[in-house]
Amino acid sequence: MIDVNREGEVWVFAEQHGGTLEETPIELMSKARHLADTLGAKLGVLLLGDAVKDLSQRLIQFGADKVYLVEHPLLEAFQTNSYAKVILDLIHKHKPQIVLYGATVSGRDLAPRIASAAKAGLTADCTDLQIGNHEIAKTKEVHENLLFQIRPAFGGNIIATIINYDRWPQMATVREGVMPMPEPNVNHHGVIVTETAAVGQDDLPLEILEEHRRAKKVDLKAARLIVAGGAGVGSKENFKLIWDLANCLGGAPAATRPAVDLGFIDHDHQVGQTGTTVRPSLYIAVGISGAIQHQAGMAQSQKIVAINNDPDAPIFNVAHYKIVGDLNEVVPRMIKAIKEKSIKD
Amino acid sequence: MAYHCVVLVKQVPDTQRITGQVMNDDGTVNRAALPAIFNPEDLNALELALEIKDRFGGRVTVVTMGLPGATRVLRESLYRGADEAILVTDRRCAASDTLATSYILSCAVKKLDHDIVLCGRQAIDGDTAQVGPQLAEKLDLPQITYIEALETLSGEEITARRNVGNGWQRVKGKLPVLLTVVGDANAPRVAAAKQLMKYKKARTRLEIADEIRAMNPDAVEAEMAELIETRCEALEAKGLLIKHWDLDYLEADLAWCGRNGSPTKVHRIQSVVLAAKESKDVEPTEEGIAGMIGELIQDKIIA
Repeated sequence: MIDVNREGEVWVFAEQHGGTLEETPIELMSKARHLADTLGAKLGVLLLGDAVKDLSQRLIQFGADKVYLVEHPLLEAFQTNSYAKVILDLIHKHKPQIVLYGATVSGRDLAPRIASAAKAGLTADCTDLQIGNHEIAKTKEVHENLLFQIRPAFGGNIIATIINYDRWPQMATVREGVMPMPEPNVNHHGVIVTETAAVGQDDLPLEILEEHRRAKKVDLKAARLIVAGGAGVGSKENFKLIWDLANCLGGAPAATRPAVDLGFIDHDHQVGQTGTTVRPSLYIAVGISGAIQHQAGMAQSQKIVAINNDPDAPIFNVAHYKIVGDLNEVVPRMIKAIKEKSIKD
Repeated sequence: MAYHCVVLVKQVPDTQRITGQVMNDDGTVNRAALPAIFNPEDLNALELALEIKDRFGGRVTVVTMGLPGATRVLRESLYRGADEAILVTDRRCAASDTLATSYILSCAVKKLDHDIVLCGRQAIDGDTAQVGPQLAEKLDLPQITYIEALETLSGEEITARRNVGNGWQRVKGKLPVLLTVVGDANAPRVAAAKQLMKYKKARTRLEIADEIRAMNPDAVEAEMAELIETRCEALEAKGLLIKHWDLDYLEADLAWCGRNGSPTKVHRIQSVVLAAKESKDVEPTEEGIAGMIGELIQDKIIA
């Protein structure tokens, strides 16, 4: 653990695999930039790997003031122990006040190992981060400018704001897709700080035998229009309605967790707390009751159309257009209306 | 080679099946609205340990930290085939965050032989997935997280396939090791009738004390203590006394337990209020739907 210090920087772990940056840490760069500006601190990113220096410039364009570059052949592939050791050394050397990670599989594997060794706090899967003050009820002592680590808990039924004021750094992982991807700014200037890695073969207790990473079948985060089906669609065959409506809008088909669990569509299409968080211009919810876990992933959509035969379905609470009716009739009518309108225009 | 497996399990509120208001008016969580269950992915971790025992022999020890009522998940583990179950309970564990929890659990695991330590990937109440990796660090063990298949186990060598989100990875490691297991890894077995009959009487000393006090409300303290002692000895002789360990027994450093040992604190908790939006009811007729599509086109929502 390091002492509370106001001079410390705000850090983001820039996760990369095979020379490709993960999106989630990039998404949180604009938020991290904002936090750093609020605190009057520098924004640093941690770039670990082998021959990854070329990625530094992009990270600077995304808002980094400093890129801590650590290159070593043993860091070529991500491994928990070696990466944790390097980052711990950097934390002890530079004493950042905040360290953020994407809540990817690697981020959620790495960050707790670092937190345990640093004896620091860590909040998982944050959906928002802010700077604020905390007053201790008993003593009226006020801790200023803390990192508010905001996350859903109890299956999305409550939102908790977590802080740590006595043991630093303040650390959090941030959920995929909850923060908009920043636009690169070619005029933003930053420096590359080259650090050496004190890692040896002992820091690699595992051997990676084989790895297969694939691009997602659908990029829901980038979709402007989304048509999502729930268990109410009834069957995999009937899910064709969702595909048809999505195709006719030029949008992406999506689903709730129950629809995915029933095998209607692949997990890559899942929206919600255990799937992707989306914020399209239009979200059409078909046969979706609107469990809180699903709403967590789509409530930020600009316009929401809900179709359900149950007038009391919770999805109607977040919908802008409510259609109570049989989806088997409503969806074909929508397709027809869209085709007619687009011909007219 | 036979293996000593230690499985960490947790009793959690069933956040997927909420039966009422989750928050009390005073802002605390209404636990009565949340029935307690065996954390789902911990069942996958237990199943993996039992499969290892079935194949190679050895022992499966299940440990939980929680209130005395959490003994239920320990009995459920025994019904499924665990050899021993241990409850870590102490008032001074209260308000532990993941860091303090992993410290306390590490003290317990250190008291046990362990070739393979298994955890579910995450618990459904917090969804943090932090305790597994933190425990691995405290025990100075390598961690293999997000395991979807144990491929081979031979001597001290283990190979496993991990789910890395957008794909998979096969890794090889050496025991001792800590594994976290995902829900897709296996189908947890149900309780076996024979073990259920045997272990349904398994109790912790705390439960025995409660039962005896309830049955003998008028007994004096010395008499009560003797009744409890006799009953516990009888259970122990049959292998039905579930151990409970407190922080003194664990020789835990109290500075790292409970509230003191927890760097994260709650600033605020809010119930999720789904704000009613300005909304329109659309008739499910051709005209109604055409009107809505027209509006969406006009608002440039649909191109």
